[in-house]
Amino acid sequence: MNRPVVITGIGPISALGLGTEPTWQALQQGRSAIGPIQGFDASGLPNRLGAEIDPGFKVRDFVPKTYRKATKVMARDIELAVAAAKTAAMDAGLRTAGSDPSEGEPHYPGDRMGCHIGAGLIAVDIDEITAAMAGSRHPDHPNQLDLHNWGKAGMSELTPLWLLKYLPNMLACHVTIIHDLRGPSNTITCAEASGGLSVGESLRVIERGQAEVCFCGGADSRMNPQAFLRQVLAKRLTPHNDRGAQAVRPFDRSATGGAVGEGGAILVLEEAQSAAQRGAEPYARVLGFAASQTVFPEAGNRRPDPTGRGIAAAIRGALRDAETEPASIDAVVAFGCADTAWDAAEAAALRDVLGPDRLAKTPVVATRAYWGNAGAGGGALDLAVAAMALRHGALPPILHREDPIEHLGATHQDAHKIENILVVGIGFGGQNCALVLGKA
Amino acid sequence: MSESPRIVITGMGWVTPLGHDIQSVWARLLAADSGVKPIRRFDATTFPTTFAAEVEGYHHNDYVRDPALHDTAGYHTSFALGAAAQAWAQSGLQAHRDAGKLDPERLGLYLGSGEGSLDFEPYIAGCLAGWSDQAKTVQGAPWAEEALRASSAEAEIEQEPNMPLAHLAMEFEARGPAYNCLTACAASTQAIGEAAHILQRGDADAMITGGAHTMIHPFGITGFNRLTALSNRTDDITSASRPFSRDRDGFVMGEGAGILILETLDHATARGATPLAEVAGYGSTADAYRITDIHPDGRGAAQAMRQALQRAGVGIGDIDWIAAHGTGTKENDSIETRAIKSVFAPPENPDTSAVPPVSSIKSMMGHLIAAAGVVQAIAAVLAIRDSKIPPTANLHDPADDCDLDYVPLTARDVGAAGGTVDTVLSNSFGFGGQNDALVIRRV
Repeated sequence: MNRPVVITGIGPISALGLGTEPTWQALQQGRSAIGPIQGFDASGLPNRLGAEIDPGFKVRDFVPKTYRKATKVMARDIELAVAAAKTAAMDAGLRTAGSDPSEGEPHYPGDRMGCHIGAGLIAVDIDEITAAMAGSRHPDHPNQLDLHNWGKAGMSELTPLWLLKYLPNMLACHVTIIHDLRGPSNTITCAEASGGLSVGESLRVIERGQAEVCFCGGADSRMNPQAFLRQVLAKRLTPHNDRGAQAVRPFDRSATGGAVGEGGAILVLEEAQSAAQRGAEPYARVLGFAASQTVFPEAGNRRPDPTGRGIAAAIRGALRDAETEPASIDAVVAFGCADTAWDAAEAAALRDVLGPDRLAKTPVVATRAYWGNAGAGGGALDLAVAAMALRHGALPPILHREDPIEHLGATHQDAHKIENILVVGIGFGGQNCALVLGKA
Repeated sequence: MSESPRIVITGMGWVTPLGHDIQSVWARLLAADSGVKPIRRFDATTFPTTFAAEVEGYHHNDYVRDPALHDTAGYHTSFALGAAAQAWAQSGLQAHRDAGKLDPERLGLYLGSGEGSLDFEPYIAGCLAGWSDQAKTVQGAPWAEEALRASSAEAEIEQEPNMPLAHLAMEFEARGPAYNCLTACAASTQAIGEAAHILQRGDADAMITGGAHTMIHPFGITGFNRLTALSNRTDDITSASRPFSRDRDGFVMGEGAGILILETLDHATARGATPLAEVAGYGSTADAYRITDIHPDGRGAAQAMRQALQRAGVGIGDIDWIAAHGTGTKENDSIETRAIKSVFAPPENPDTSAVPPVSSIKSMMGHLIAAAGVVQAIAAVLAIRDSKIPPTANLHDPADDCDLDYVPLTARDVGAAGGTVDTVLSNSFGFGGQNDALVIRRV
């Protein structure tokens, strides 16, 4: 018998804001944060839209005083996870070594707390590495590195701990250290599916009785030249820079691609009875989870299988795990990246599992119209949205979908009740996951 | 795991600096051979560390069914493909599937693979083309012009750490649950443990697990040189990797992949497969101490070992070999020794002669980083098969605080002495305090 698991705290961080209140407010207002990129000079790139976090964000505000020195070795992805984790712990009213130690002993011993965080391929700070390389230009080929000089002298320009800024597991490492989480810990790197898969890992750990509480989710920032370039080269972004947020149109017939975002969310997952004992008020129950892999050699697993078979398998698995029927799903928080082929594959999977008639009456929210594609952080943001929607009994408006693709036309007014929400995660590379959240 | 279905290994394969097939690599490990040579992948002649253990003479085209699917594969993916092909062949699952008895949606993947290597020259060209000595920053327009001209979409996409998954999924039509975990040097041990959990839950019938990694590229070596984690013993490179030695000066970078096929014992037995060994226990903890240092008492490491033993239902007296993380850094080997003693020779019974033999195959094949754990697990299966324990090479003079039996210099033929190796504990510890341990047992 699996132990029931609930979400008791949420720490979202995105271009819409930090924390549940500003995030939910912006979502309710239907406000998209997508616009021209300001954070770095993207003028030479064909795609120049993005959704950036407020430049006033400082990770120092989210770590204990004794830990401030360590913020020097945090890439932006790590900063976002650290801030989201603190925000989630405070939101959950969960005392840990890092949330609110002045208030008393932590609610749980360290070895009963786990941590599962999804991470991306973290790009090195281009100014930092290039400043070090500039003195080791090849004498005859100025755009090449003279490895002899680099080995002798150039590399010494880098701070000794340079590598540690960029290891994907450092998101979880800093969070475990700050909050003294000594139970099972993991870092999932499956692109956009990472957030949902990480929450699934925490769910299983708590169900098995290996922890009472887990910090889970993901964070990612592609708002830097190299990570952004990868998205440009992969041809996933809208070219309509002049149209602003309106250019990003998930599940709309006129979709032309997505926009890069940054951020993520940490959720506090907790064994239901323990949560009740400490007086926590859950946002939602985590009812089911499943993962799958798409196999589409016709496109080298680079483009989606148009049938959506792999995605459908994850959704079916999550419904089975939740011991529920498609008819119980009142709304969907989809991946919806606004690339026509990926959206069509996801729609095919939803149509396949829910049935076309039911799907036509089920609102399918795509948050990437609000805050772009936040990579490994996006799936966790989607779960945060679903959990908030269950608490508030409301859905964010569906944005930029005036001409929906077939069966994707239901709006939030069509959801007369919101008891169960399906959340779909799809990673470029073929990993899929699905979760079912239920009203607390 | 003791009350859940038993999980067994039915296939295994590796691509390592000592070779690309199970038997020859095992023979070289038992012979204390070194895979360490001058770095050939790039010009490292002026780097503080000029040597590594590189995979040689390997191409995945010798292993895959349709090379066109894998033309653009990075090194991590390439190594994973060869290792997985060996494991898949040994498991006999292809025939099982050809007979319609393996649903592709019940074949999962859980890898602990690293990121791919940076596409170095295009990356550098973009950075340097954009650099302004006045502004001390990379200027967007000249950077973009050069980066867009020089970079290839395929080479960029292939660097993602989920690409080995994408390729293995196509090669073996694996449509089940799929994960890549990247917990630094503990990743592939963790992947094996997590894959076992998925099988025990009944979410798959077979899992392809393990990992692949290389950090033998200019910035990988740079990163570890800056951390002063690598050996600089340029005058004696073949014996530079010397775990537990008094004069050890860091680890030697390796690369490669190892893959296991896991199933429940019932599933393997029902289809007539021969289980090679059992994944009997798995422990996983976080130090939650510092990103730069292991907890000085090896707190999390010891706890991971205890968990693995407990879940396997075995006592400390049942372990015949400890496949150590044993990197050859000052810090790791002393603290790992302390952690092992805290489990196997606790204060109430501090007799270290009761601690089982401990050895490190990194002394021969270097440190495969994310893939280090799975090659240890494979060595554990082979140790059980042959009742032989591979040595810690180059260990002439153990450090004062490394006072256990490390099987120095020569392999130990336990079978010839009338004994058996039945149960092995394998340790992996990652930067940032990730600790994982597996118990591998004779079926």
